[in-house]
Amino acid sequence: MSVLSSLMGTMQADSAGQAVGQAAQQASGAEQAATQAGQAVINIPKTAWQDPGTNTFWLPEAASVTTDNVDWIYLGLIGLSIFCFIGITAAVVYFTIKYRQRPGHERPLPSPSHNNPLEITWTLIPAIICVFLFVAGWRGYVDLATPPQHALEISVTGLKWKWKFTYPNGVDDPNGELHVPVNRSVRLVMSSNDVIHSFFIPAFRIKQDVVPQRYTQLWFKATQPGVYRMYCAEYCGLEHSQMKTVIVVHEPGGYADYLARIEEQALNIPPAELGKKMYDNYCIACHTLDGTTKVGPSFKDLVLGGQNEMTDGSSIVVDENYIRESIVEPQAKVRKGYPASMPSFKGVLSDKKINGVIAFIKSLNDGSQQ
Amino acid sequence: MAKENPENPSYTSFLEDPHGIMGHRGGFWGWFGTFDHKRIGIMYLCGILASLMVGGLFALLVRLELFFPGETIIGPQAYNEFFTLHGAIMVFLVIVPGIPAALGNIALPMQLGAPDVAFPRLNLASFYLWCVGAVLLVGAMAMGFVTDQTGVDTGWTFYTPYSLKEHTAGDAILMSLVGVFLLGFSSIFTGLNFLTTIHKFRAKGMGWFQMPLNLWALYATGIMQVLATPVLGITVLLLSVERFLEIGIFDPVLGGDPILFQHFFWFYSHPAVYIMIIPAMGVISELITTFSHKHIFGYRFIAWSSLSLALLSFLVWGHHLFVSGQSRMAGMIFSALTFTVAIPSAIKVFNWTATLYKGVIRLQTPMLYALSFVLLFTIGGLTGLFLGVISIDVHLHDTYFVVAHFHYVMMGSTLVAFLGGLHYWFPKFTGKMYPEKLGQFISVMVFFGFNLTFLPQFVMGSRGMTRRYWDYDPEFTLMHQLSTIGAFVLGISLFIVVCYLFWAAYKGEKAPPNPWGASTLEWESPSPPPLYNFVEQPPLPELYEYDELVYDDEEGGYVRKLRDGGEVRSYRRYVRSKPSGGH
Amino acid sequence: MSEHAHGDQKGSRFIQHHYDDAQHQFDSGKLAIWLFLAQEVLFFSALFVAYIIFRTQHPEIFEYGSQYLDRTMGAVNTLVLIGSSFTAAYAVRCAQLRNQRTLVICLAITLACALGFLTIKYFEYSEKIHHGTLYGKKFVPHVDPDGATFPEDAVIKPCIHGSEGNLGADPSIPPPAEGEAAPCPDNTNMFFTLYFAMTGLHGLHVLFGVFVFIWLLVRAMKGHFTPDYYGPVDYAALYWHLVDLIWIFLFPLYYLI
Repeated sequence: MSVLSSLMGTMQADSAGQAVGQAAQQASGAEQAATQAGQAVINIPKTAWQDPGTNTFWLPEAASVTTDNVDWIYLGLIGLSIFCFIGITAAVVYFTIKYRQRPGHERPLPSPSHNNPLEITWTLIPAIICVFLFVAGWRGYVDLATPPQHALEISVTGLKWKWKFTYPNGVDDPNGELHVPVNRSVRLVMSSNDVIHSFFIPAFRIKQDVVPQRYTQLWFKATQPGVYRMYCAEYCGLEHSQMKTVIVVHEPGGYADYLARIEEQALNIPPAELGKKMYDNYCIACHTLDGTTKVGPSFKDLVLGGQNEMTDGSSIVVDENYIRESIVEPQAKVRKGYPASMPSFKGVLSDKKINGVIAFIKSLNDGSQQ
Repeated sequence: MAKENPENPSYTSFLEDPHGIMGHRGGFWGWFGTFDHKRIGIMYLCGILASLMVGGLFALLVRLELFFPGETIIGPQAYNEFFTLHGAIMVFLVIVPGIPAALGNIALPMQLGAPDVAFPRLNLASFYLWCVGAVLLVGAMAMGFVTDQTGVDTGWTFYTPYSLKEHTAGDAILMSLVGVFLLGFSSIFTGLNFLTTIHKFRAKGMGWFQMPLNLWALYATGIMQVLATPVLGITVLLLSVERFLEIGIFDPVLGGDPILFQHFFWFYSHPAVYIMIIPAMGVISELITTFSHKHIFGYRFIAWSSLSLALLSFLVWGHHLFVSGQSRMAGMIFSALTFTVAIPSAIKVFNWTATLYKGVIRLQTPMLYALSFVLLFTIGGLTGLFLGVISIDVHLHDTYFVVAHFHYVMMGSTLVAFLGGLHYWFPKFTGKMYPEKLGQFISVMVFFGFNLTFLPQFVMGSRGMTRRYWDYDPEFTLMHQLSTIGAFVLGISLFIVVCYLFWAAYKGEKAPPNPWGASTLEWESPSPPPLYNFVEQPPLPELYEYDELVYDDEEGGYVRKLRDGGEVRSYRRYVRSKPSGGH
Repeated sequence: MSEHAHGDQKGSRFIQHHYDDAQHQFDSGKLAIWLFLAQEVLFFSALFVAYIIFRTQHPEIFEYGSQYLDRTMGAVNTLVLIGSSFTAAYAVRCAQLRNQRTLVICLAITLACALGFLTIKYFEYSEKIHHGTLYGKKFVPHVDPDGATFPEDAVIKPCIHGSEGNLGADPSIPPPAEGEAAPCPDNTNMFFTLYFAMTGLHGLHVLFGVFVFIWLLVRAMKGHFTPDYYGPVDYAALYWHLVDLIWIFLFPLYYLI
């Protein structure tokens, strides 16, 4: 049972809620059911958009600290627009009826063809309104565009046609959903792998294009725990309309549980596969798999049971303990011909991960991989 | 054949006068070999109306697909190609050339009192460029249906890197880019031609501020066509070369800059919005004063606002890039400049409304379109304010709110003005009247169909419905369905317009020289006019003065009764002679 | 407007009948050609803007890339174009003075200079093709600006900022050996992209000018141009000055700074 399906249970009564739930299901697809991502991680009694107070006819639910910057100008402008439109329409309709051509009204009544004070009036009033709108919009935008310091940083990658969210612990969300804590500033550092996408959360009133080969950023601070819709807003090809997902805002504590859960889940794979991931993250810059030399020796030469000559002239037998020691305390034994430049991974790699690396190195020489 | 009579001089209309490269009267060369601006205008008109039907058909297919969430009639690939087709055809083939090249071509030299445009051959060449561009553009897009290749699915904006070779294979995009390039030059040459004509071919005594407002609008348009369109030309040229040779200027993988493309594209395409709307404003200025039978209010303010819009339009392109990652400073500057274009637009609306005051208003079809325009443009303009407010734009960018906004401006305003102008000048260039009652009915249907289509889209967009989506959340179903129903009302109405206009061009009642009581020069000539527009050069009438123009039952239209010396002279009547067979 | 006089009444037989007189036609054409030139300036402006942007972001690739270009050839081409601009301008004067023979000579020299420019450009381009210093993806230089060869595997990667990311120094590429070239800066290919885009577009304009001057030469030899009909010579000369002017900007931007 996935996060969203469990959520669905709590929101059956609300049709709008079903809409979101269905959208989320479509976005996550079948694999969501298979993964046990956030099961029981979130236990949200009520989602923000169910609150009729924030979900108006014009705007979707508002669930971020910056939405007020947008909403009051928006609703004010709606009022102003309706006022102006009714004014113009009333004048047009009134004049059209009053001065329509009819017997007895064949020639125009005398009236001036220009009136400079009037022209200046209806130039200045819109100009003043425009200055006011500009200032209001600009101030709101500065808030939207300035992330607070020490915000939680999450990396976002746009791909055709899904989103990848990488949390500070280096783990990706398995369902392509964004999970964040409530009342905490979050800064998204975004880039694209292929074409331009655009990251859009209506409930937070934020949007930012995601561009290949460069980083753009976006920040928000969710105020209401809940599940919110998230779309790709920049046309990106065939499945543009399926490039949508949800953002889950956790109650205090729920986010940490979620992180722990996905991290555990990410580790919950065969050790050699885990080791390959660790290799790709940490080792690949210095160690090759094909026997060529980079900074350090290639893993290909690291045959278990084989002999390695050290800088001090001694020779050791390669075994699990040697590999483990090389990871957590690399300067203890340095292989001959290589600089003693490897940093320690103590505290960076947990025991489980180190075991994975060892299993991966072993698997290299079974001939079964690479 | 009528006798020569000083009271009733005979003339041959341009439709019957043999001319052109080969001296043909009709047939292929009589039209495609002509240098006559009216014939070229009519050819543009036919091409544009045909494109309108094709573009409209694809709009209806797109709307039909959106009737239900998920697949209704077509899959996502076809959907993406259809909205691209719709957008590209409507922008490049219909709305940009609609008023300047078709109606402007017919009206501009006549309103100036000139025999033709300054460069008739260039005018014909522009039309040929339009034809070739149209064939390439539509052909490229059709490739998706008739061959195995994918058609053009980039959207009419051709954003990089999606439009680069590595993301969209096939030759269709290259072909369509070449088409757009040629269409751009067609537009540039038309603008260049019109600017020169306005400068050098004004009738004797016609100063700049005795020009009809339509000419001011076309002048402002010409400036933008000449100065903005080349940037589109170089942009699509670079993109073509990019696809062809992989030069990398817009390709991030090769170190290029995809956002640069957006800057270049909108440096043209924002002025292009004004290339579409300013001539529409010119037409509306003519219609409102004519059908109010009263001098336009605030002539100079309307004229200057056209020019200031043209100049300001070059400075606001960055508001299309508020969320593209441009700097905050750029965002601020472009937001501030964007508001400056609101003011001249507002001035125009107020002046049009004031023109109605104490007039004698006749609600004939062109006037109904003109009043629709005022209301629709007001909505389009006011919703533009939302998008200029930078914080709101962040939320509304790339949603249906934007779609609705630009349709209110580009379709609700420009196309409605085009239809108004078409009905207005139709009797002049065909010599026939269209069916008035039907025209009035349809204009009301267009108004309601249009609003039904696009008002729900404002709400959808504000609530987060993103554009170019093949599928959508069930929450939006009702509003999408309203929109689709409205689109069909609108589409059917437009189809009926095209049908009855073609019917009327052959079978309509004979039109008088001045059916509307308009005061500008083109109505001083018979309908349809002779080859060089005027049987003899008319004295320059006083612009927008209607005292001399009174309805004459015998004539079936308005005649000019001169006040001088208390003598009342009837408007001269020209007798149309049979084709002379030689010139 | 019922009378549309032809020929003799207006002077030259090339005065079209919707113009009032020769002056009217000339003035209209002159305005139009200025508008056309304004259009040309905007057409090129996008590329100049691209130059400014890329140069601001990556000044090093322009400093590096310009060392590949041959200043002598560029300077000669500048002189050739300036010279041809002079003969084009003098041709206008000859047409005004009904100086048939000098008109033909001036046009012929202008045409020869245009062809000369293209020939020199051909040699420059073929050298670039030979050395692999081409645009975008085709940028595979064999030698650095000083003529030193690149090590086998260090050619493309350091020059193109690839999708795999090449943000820092890549430790897998060894430092250049003695006599081998140091890797060129990232994105040097963009210098050549812009170089070929701008000089290529300019070259196309020169090529178009060649056709225009051939056409003018033929008409001049037939004696079409007279003091009341010399518009085409004047307009072509104006166009040619703009082509010249653009090159005067391109030459320092690419070859000198």
